[in-house]
Amino acid sequence: MTSTIPVSGPHTHTINNVTSVMLKVMLALLPATVFGIYLFGWPALNIFFITIAAAVISEIFCLYLAGKPIRFFIFDGSAVLTGWLLAMTLPPWSPWWVGVVGSFFAIVIGKHVFGGIGQNIFNPAMLARVVLLISFPLELTTWTNPYPLSSESLQITFMSHTPADFVSGASILGDIRTEVGLGHKLTEILSNNPEYTNILSGFMRGSMGETSAWLILLGGLWLMSQRLISWHIPLAMLGTVAIISSIFNLVNPEQYAGPVIHLLSGGVMLGAFFIATDYVTSPNSNMGKLIFGAGCGALVYIIRTWGGYPEGVAFAVVIMNALTPLIDYYVRPRIYGYKRKGVPVKYSEKKISSLSKSDGI
Amino acid sequence: MKLFRFKGGIHPDSHKETGNKSIIPLPMPARLYLPVQQHIGAPAKPNVSIGQHVMKGELLAGSQGAISAPIHAPTSGTIVDITDYTAPHPSGLPVRTIILEPDGKDEWIKLTGVEDPFSLDAEEIAARVGAAGIVGLGGATFPSAVKLNLGKDNKIYTLIINGSECEPYLTCDDQLMQQQAESIVDGIEIMLHALHTPKALIAIEDNKPAAISAMQKACENNDKVNVVVVPTLYPMGSEKQMIKTLTGMDVPAGQLSTSIGVLVHNVGTANAVHRAIRFGEPLISRVVTIGGGAIKDPQNIDVPLGTLVSDLIDYCGGYKSKAERILMGGPMMGQLLPTTSVPVVKGSSGIIALTTKEIAQHQTMPCIRCGSCISACPCGLLPLEMANRARKGDIEGAVEFGLMDCISCGSCSYVCPSFIPLVQYFSFAKGSLAIQKKEKAHQEETRKLAALRTERKEREQKEKEAAAAKRKAEREAKRKEKEAAL
Repeated sequence: MTSTIPVSGPHTHTINNVTSVMLKVMLALLPATVFGIYLFGWPALNIFFITIAAAVISEIFCLYLAGKPIRFFIFDGSAVLTGWLLAMTLPPWSPWWVGVVGSFFAIVIGKHVFGGIGQNIFNPAMLARVVLLISFPLELTTWTNPYPLSSESLQITFMSHTPADFVSGASILGDIRTEVGLGHKLTEILSNNPEYTNILSGFMRGSMGETSAWLILLGGLWLMSQRLISWHIPLAMLGTVAIISSIFNLVNPEQYAGPVIHLLSGGVMLGAFFIATDYVTSPNSNMGKLIFGAGCGALVYIIRTWGGYPEGVAFAVVIMNALTPLIDYYVRPRIYGYKRKGVPVKYSEKKISSLSKSDGI
Repeated sequence: MKLFRFKGGIHPDSHKETGNKSIIPLPMPARLYLPVQQHIGAPAKPNVSIGQHVMKGELLAGSQGAISAPIHAPTSGTIVDITDYTAPHPSGLPVRTIILEPDGKDEWIKLTGVEDPFSLDAEEIAARVGAAGIVGLGGATFPSAVKLNLGKDNKIYTLIINGSECEPYLTCDDQLMQQQAESIVDGIEIMLHALHTPKALIAIEDNKPAAISAMQKACENNDKVNVVVVPTLYPMGSEKQMIKTLTGMDVPAGQLSTSIGVLVHNVGTANAVHRAIRFGEPLISRVVTIGGGAIKDPQNIDVPLGTLVSDLIDYCGGYKSKAERILMGGPMMGQLLPTTSVPVVKGSSGIIALTTKEIAQHQTMPCIRCGSCISACPCGLLPLEMANRARKGDIEGAVEFGLMDCISCGSCSYVCPSFIPLVQYFSFAKGSLAIQKKEKAHQEETRKLAALRTERKEREQKEKEAAAAKRKAEREAKRKEKEAAL
């Protein structure tokens, strides 16, 4: 008995806290990250750590400027997670400064300008990716072939070595976009490009976050089982992409790629489970989440198919982030005792009197 | 029976360590402190004087007004003082308290029970329950007689007896059901008779198998009273959520549960009704769970009302570790006690002494809009939006987001990963709203009085003027008369 200041209940709490939530999300990202680093070797590991370090340093810088307690906030893990997610979307052999500029932008402009954790309107990592893509289109669209960890890959980082069989090229979505634009038939494109045969295994060009859609899916499902994310956004987003791509694929299979390519390539899987589900920037009612997820899915397809870029997850998420306050304003859960429209519920006399017939066990 | 799922809810650690501890009696404490306000409604009015000797069960303070409850002597002894004493409330503010010094004889006043309660009419039963000082023992402490009278104007199809005891640590209802099953069922039948209600359902959470089987046994061959096993989900014991679970219906906003033909009473209340009607015993003791990680030997104790919390804790062997917070009630909705020198009252279901580890409180972080509070809210509210508005003093905004539909169950604060004291914000906002309403009413009253005063002044002025004019006219007439005479 130390306090005489009135404190309201509850006087107990779950073990969950912000840090544990962030750590669990990181844990869910780990399998795909490890696979990505294995696939693309030391350069991928470097850019991974550089991006995260830059995010943490930017965070400390902002907390210092804002006069906030640095030690208290830095351990919430949110800056590490932002850097991690950004790194997952970058080309694995990106130059170091891409990671630094991206993280700096994500943390300073994407997060702290708005007031820090919980206050940002846009997903910081996606905002940074959009900025990087527009500012440095060459670096952001150079995708290396898988180059698994080997003794030689050490030399790439430390001795400016270029392996003899080093190959880079467009991602699957970029390839389809270019080739279809040139008037080639989709079936031809697919049969000419050996990458497509690897789409199921993940041994293909792409960012760390897209090469293994399966491991991303695994992590996402684990997050759901931990009740850290709900099924609404991922299902709505993936479902929308799958349905729209199936329809167009059925209408004209020579021009529009089918759902397998759309779901397993690009950042749609990472986006659906780890990015669109960002708490701060997505709606908070279940109905709102469905609308948000469907919107993301539709925009991804539209941008991929008719937009100016081969991949649209970052743009789609950022656009839907902007709509989140509006969705939250109009879509609210039903309050107990009221109908959805806000008038009190009403029951018929028949329904009420039928109660007396109910039995216990 | 088909059950329904209310939205949200949480699964806090149940901590029902005292679930198998039989109810034990408490040796009579040296002094009993009986506040005249132990219920919702008007405080009772003391009708004993200092120095007076009273018998066990004798009336100490009578009920005042339609919603009130009397207070009786928990044992025989002498009234040593009637004074202001600290109430079992976080504010620590004093209330009028009758202090009784037991004489050790524990002599009952002459009690008059009823042989056949089913020959009494409804009003008579309600009157006896009211005179016995029975209030809702689940913690709400609403005078039970008032609720029993609701059967007059509304057809009540189902009486729900709440044995869910969803608060962690508390096991007083669990033990009462295990030990007093027959009495509870008898009390329920008396209530059914008073309400003209055909059926009662006793709802018990599935984490109390012993209580379930005891109650089922007591309900065998009883076609009116049935046991329903409900899932363990906090806040199952909240009236609205319980009604939803058993009937699938919401209590319509702004209405009582009787509008959908349902009434809810606690198992402890049913037992108290049984004792009051059958034996004429007033409510002078209740079962209290003394628990929490800081208590050496947690127990369920039958405690005379007015016993000091410190006496109870001493009886349970004192503390085994530092008690960071001592609560009256459970950890979810219980009240923080300002000191242990406060008495047990009718609504005290538990005295829970929690360690720092059990409280698990951390420094508050900014909201990350994770929506855990929304998923946990059993009322379909948006706690984060309400708290944002309450925090910056936008009470109207908070009301627009459903503040008045919040039942303060604490599920949102419990799950919040940022440790935001949401309930505290809501209590603040509700308090501000109450003050605003009061002030508005006060202003309205002042305005009315001022208007009346102006009106009166004007009337008086007019009357004066009229009187003056009349006098003038009379003078004039007299003068004219004089002139005419000349």
